Amino acid sequence: MELIFKKPESLTDTITHYCPGCTHGVIHRIVAEVLDELGLRERAVGVAPVGCSVLAYNYFYCDFLEAAHGRAPAFATGLKRANPNLIVFTYQGDGDLASIGGNEILHAANRGEKFTTIFVNNAVYGMTGGQMAPTTLPGQVTTTTPFGRKVDDVGYPIRVAELLATLRTPSYIARTSVHNSEGIIATKKAMRKAFSYQKENVCFSLVEVLSTCPTNWGIPPKQAAEWVGEHMVPYYPLGEFKTPEKVH
Amino acid sequence: MAKLLMKGNEAIAEAAIRAGAKHYFAYPITPQNEVSEYLSRRMPEVGGCFLQMESEVAVINTLFGAAAAGIRAFTTSSSPGISLMSEGLSYITAANLPTVVVNMCRAGPGLGGILPSQGDYRQMTKGGGHGDYHLIVLAPASVQEAVELMMLAFDLADKYRNPVGILADGLIGQMMEPVDFDALPKPTVYDKSDWITDGAKNREPHLIRTLFLDPVPGEIENRKRAEKYRQIEKNETRYEIYNLENHPKLVIVAFGTIARVCKTAIDELKTMGIEVGLFRPISLYPFPYTELMQVGEKAQMLLSVEMSNGQLIDDVKMAMQGKKPIHFYGRQGGIVPAPDEIVEEAKKLFNVS
Ligand SMILES: Cc1ncc(C[n+]2csc(CCOP(=O)(O)OP(=O)(O)O)c2C)c(N)n1
Ligand code: SF4
Repeated sequence: MELIFKKPESLTDTITHYCPGCTHGVIHRIVAEVLDELGLRERAVGVAPVGCSVLAYNYFYCDFLEAAHGRAPAFATGLKRANPNLIVFTYQGDGDLASIGGNEILHAANRGEKFTTIFVNNAVYGMTGGQMAPTTLPGQVTTTTPFGRKVDDVGYPIRVAELLATLRTPSYIARTSVHNSEGIIATKKAMRKAFSYQKENVCFSLVEVLSTCPTNWGIPPKQAAEWVGEHMVPYYPLGEFKTPEKVH
Repeated sequence: MAKLLMKGNEAIAEAAIRAGAKHYFAYPITPQNEVSEYLSRRMPEVGGCFLQMESEVAVINTLFGAAAAGIRAFTTSSSPGISLMSEGLSYITAANLPTVVVNMCRAGPGLGGILPSQGDYRQMTKGGGHGDYHLIVLAPASVQEAVELMMLAFDLADKYRNPVGILADGLIGQMMEPVDFDALPKPTVYDKSDWITDGAKNREPHLIRTLFLDPVPGEIENRKRAEKYRQIEKNETRYEIYNLENHPKLVIVAFGTIARVCKTAIDELKTMGIEVGLFRPISLYPFPYTELMQVGEKAQMLLSVEMSNGQLIDDVKMAMQGKKPIHFYGRQGGIVPAPDEIVEEAKKLFNVS
């Protein structure tokens, strides 16, 4: 019988600890498929963040480091500069990347470090129990914005992809979503590009993926997926913001 | 090759290259900028990598990545920069990774001043970051010794898979002295293939982590590290003694360049018929407690001379276990005690005016 669908080699058999309806797992699988398809697993080193995906190394079947909170781009810089033959990727949440680690990602992107960042934007701090993140939407209720995010008090959510796309240094920057099958296909395409640019030693690459956190949003999985489409996508437009071929 | 006249900061930079460290990440801070400036020219010559990072926070975490990749890498900084590296040093130690961090200590706390100090003694030897860990800490007293300890630092870091700190007061970095690189031993090459993250080809993945949510493996990790520290304490204690032959009643304890000032004072006191000895710890962690006790026991009193407000003295007290009176003389704020001051202090203790 012909085998037409299987678990990617770049994933282990371990059952993930993610909540029902959480799309971290979907994003893991897409990364793993791309590593498999581009034949990169044996050269890959992932860098896990501090956040819900801190245990990502239990699920990926490749070398892994576990970073300090927000510092994954610095870890990746050290790895890649030490051994340019590696395929290095960071996997970071929005608190990790856009808040405490804002400086590290900005400067790694600006230096044009040749690694790939998977940036999971779920609009909250998941692991610590649903506090406001730099990406929390205006008016969104979290455990630390009980009356909704007030933009005149704490500012507007940061659009990371747009922000990094303003840098003059060539890079690949895209935003996708995994709340429906169309988004999953687009995410895979973007990640394939991101890792291909690294493989060809072209540039820094980052894919921002809009993701769900039903647990901390306090809604069931199906509704959470819909919430991404209805509330996140309008504020965080999908698409490619920068490609290395195009000078901005 | 003959001896070279070099500034301490440049000699340290060159020593690292001789030790096989071809990757250097740093953020500018006085009084150690000459290291970066030297290496920005020198690294391309030896096929290495010089990278000016966005902050000391980034520096220390980049060193984590480089160490995980299996290469020798290092940084240099000064006090406020070391404070920012504390979190990263805790992580690097927890991950059992080797790295070398030079602290050209300046006056503190706060922004302090750019003149020499030893105010980071406690920060370097007793932690700085969180959790049960130690850096191995070496303190040079001359440019030549700085070069030798730099070479040793990389070997010790690899041997024990633990970060090594060099604590040098700003004087070491700034002064020019003759150095001889030829007499130095060749760096030891350690096999790291069973733990580095260089791609899981024909082997199971390697994982470098510091999170242990389950307390049982968490405690095992800590116990293994504690055992490592016992080994370091047993094998890596280093110190120098001076003028102990005539059984002096007073023994000065001092490290770094200030110990050299003390030697001058001791020579001067000798001409007045006053015998004073010197005990200079070279390894600040592991601290030579037993050796200091053996020396101190034979004296009547000890004097801790520091460019800080009584930090080294805590370890002197630990060594002496209350058996002898321990006096203190220190200057702060970037002031280096002159030999005369130490002579006066000793004379006071001998009741000589
Ligand atoms: C220095 C430091 N500060 C705070 C924390 C606590 N902490 C752990 S995870 C986390 C937030 C993670 O949120 P995010 O990056 O959005 O990822 P998610 O869990 O949503 O996937 C924080 C603040 C920490 N581990 N280290
Ligand atoms: S808390 Fe949120 S981000 Fe974390 S696993 Fe659960 S659903 Fe996913």
